[in-house]
Amino acid sequence: MGAATLAATSVLALTSSSGASPKAHASLSPIKIGISLSLSGDFSADGLAYEQGYKLWAKDVNAAGGLLGHPVQLDIKSDASSPVQVVTNYKTLISVDHVNLTFGPFSTLLTLPATEAVQRYGYAMVEGAGGGPSVFQAKLPNVFDVTLPVAYDLAPFAKWVTSLPTASRPKSIYYVTSDDPFTQPVVDTAKSLIGSKIKQVGYTTFPAEATDWHSIADQVAQAKPDAVVLGSVDVPTVSAFMQAFEQAHYTPKVFIATAGPDQGKAFTSAVGAKNADGIMVPNSWYGQSSNPLSQKMVAEYIKQYGGTAAGVNADIAEAYSVGETMAAAVKATGGFSNAKIISYLHSGVTIPTVQGGVKFNSVGENLAQTAYTFQWQKGGTTFVQVNPVSDKNSVAVELPKNAWGK
Amino acid sequence: MVHALIDGVLTGSVYALMATGLTLIFGVMDIINVAQGIFVILGAYLSYTLQVHFGIDLFAGLLITIPIMFVVGIVIERIFLSRLKGPEKTAMSILVTYAISLVIEGLLNEIFTVNNVQLNASYVNKSFPLFGIYFPYIYLFGFVLAVVLLGSLYYMLYRTRFGASIRASLADQAAAALVGIDVKKVSTICFGIGIAVTAAGGMIFGATNAFNASTSYDLISRLLTIIVLGGMGSLAGALVAGILMVTLEDLVGVLWSPIWSTMSFFIVLVIVLSFRPQGLFGKQSARVA
Repeated sequence: MGAATLAATSVLALTSSSGASPKAHASLSPIKIGISLSLSGDFSADGLAYEQGYKLWAKDVNAAGGLLGHPVQLDIKSDASSPVQVVTNYKTLISVDHVNLTFGPFSTLLTLPATEAVQRYGYAMVEGAGGGPSVFQAKLPNVFDVTLPVAYDLAPFAKWVTSLPTASRPKSIYYVTSDDPFTQPVVDTAKSLIGSKIKQVGYTTFPAEATDWHSIADQVAQAKPDAVVLGSVDVPTVSAFMQAFEQAHYTPKVFIATAGPDQGKAFTSAVGAKNADGIMVPNSWYGQSSNPLSQKMVAEYIKQYGGTAAGVNADIAEAYSVGETMAAAVKATGGFSNAKIISYLHSGVTIPTVQGGVKFNSVGENLAQTAYTFQWQKGGTTFVQVNPVSDKNSVAVELPKNAWGK
Repeated sequence: MVHALIDGVLTGSVYALMATGLTLIFGVMDIINVAQGIFVILGAYLSYTLQVHFGIDLFAGLLITIPIMFVVGIVIERIFLSRLKGPEKTAMSILVTYAISLVIEGLLNEIFTVNNVQLNASYVNKSFPLFGIYFPYIYLFGFVLAVVLLGSLYYMLYRTRFGASIRASLADQAAAALVGIDVKKVSTICFGIGIAVTAAGGMIFGATNAFNASTSYDLISRLLTIIVLGGMGSLAGALVAGILMVTLEDLVGVLWSPIWSTMSFFIVLVIVLSFRPQGLFGKQSARVA
């Protein structure tokens, strides 16, 4: 049994992590921020990107003197992407670890139970990845999502694609989505916005726990739609559809996925840069954003982790924005009272972050941001904003998408 | 429908190959190896390393990765699993192999990061037309590989002296020892074989799916389901259940809706277990069929 004990000890060492260490604030006690993240399981790629974003923010805030002079200490626990474990983690963080503040986990699926758990203790849940409607429909007073609600994500895309001249507008469209609470509302909103302006040739929902997408993708390919709207939560789903499409000798003229292509290098390294060319994705931030706060963060990120601005995962900015929002609330309220922080964040104030302005409505939605659509272009080497078309930073959409690998 | 049927058989055979190691290990050792999923991913990462850093073709690389995974299996069995004894051996094996799985997952995340990768080769995204439908070469190659490896396993079990030792150890360990069979050695080699086949399964899986270390969680739940339906310890059961699972899911997805595809398999599982608790091919006294 010594071996089992050794293994279990290793497991504990691998599945828990402490946060960024404070620089030098010997006089004041540290402020502990409790976070549950998916460091393993289905959302691990996003969870670890969030961890980087939170740690980058903690490092910056500590370098600037901490929160009201207190060094920030992150207390991060892994929830293995489980909606059950995430609740246990926040209960432990609050009642055992006695954290002062809480930041959100990754995904709508985990944010809702997590927010309900911390609400019982009166804690504010500032988060960046719980943008699905189910989080806001619960009308919880303590949730604050710093990212644009996902339901609106595809609105600029819908507006653009339906406004194309008849000759270049897709004649047919296929909606295919995971039944995840993040993806389905996004796809359904796009479907209602596009309506009958483009002929719908299919709508398929597949289970979020699916691991074999080949036959589903084949169904889409056989319908040969001009445009495909894919409700995906991660890179493997998008990658599987792309591979199946190529194997079926089918290339949609327009292909947009709700998540996956926004993960920078993590996406292009999995699917190949040439295949990524022409793929679109909605988001409210990208690495080459002209927002000065964003540029500063991106420069720090590249200094610490390497890479390029185009390759920075949008999760980093979401997590960083969570920290910025909480820091603004702490500064404005002059302390760490969660009741005062909740009240302040509901006051209608606009907080500048790397993602742009953050302003919450009564259910914690941030409606101050704009939805954008991005596209991989130039052989999958650049990731650019393509709409809203009226935005000065948008470039022309690459249409139609090049054949796979070209 | 024909397309879904053929897809199901081709893909299901690869799942059967991955599940074979799991069922062999349980059949001979009474060990439920919940680390089988991470071993599949480890096998995929080995193929990835050979391909990206040494330019070795995915199939040729199996000549290297299968022996490596065999040795990994032997080492893990010797260090961790051979110490498990007594009536709680099977239950404890779940805990120990889960711990092994988490440690390997952590190491893979450190080495390869959590970014998803996918194996690539000139034939991975290519397909051939048949009756107006395109079939990917990689699924066909995976099917052939699975048939060859499963056939080899069958040959070893039923046509070799070592296979007879395995079956004797399974039937009665004490009696096997009395007739001169080194039961400990047989168990160790069986575990090595069970892990070695994950190299092949992992390669095919990695060529058809983007993966990272956490993908193992999805895999192990499917592999366990396959061997429960097929019968714990039955190679034939793993083969039939693997193909049945994917084919049924594909057919339900095409004829009805993908949303019910996973559920349909579990309905079949519940029905089968209601009438045959030991699974389709499981036996009470001798588990390798």
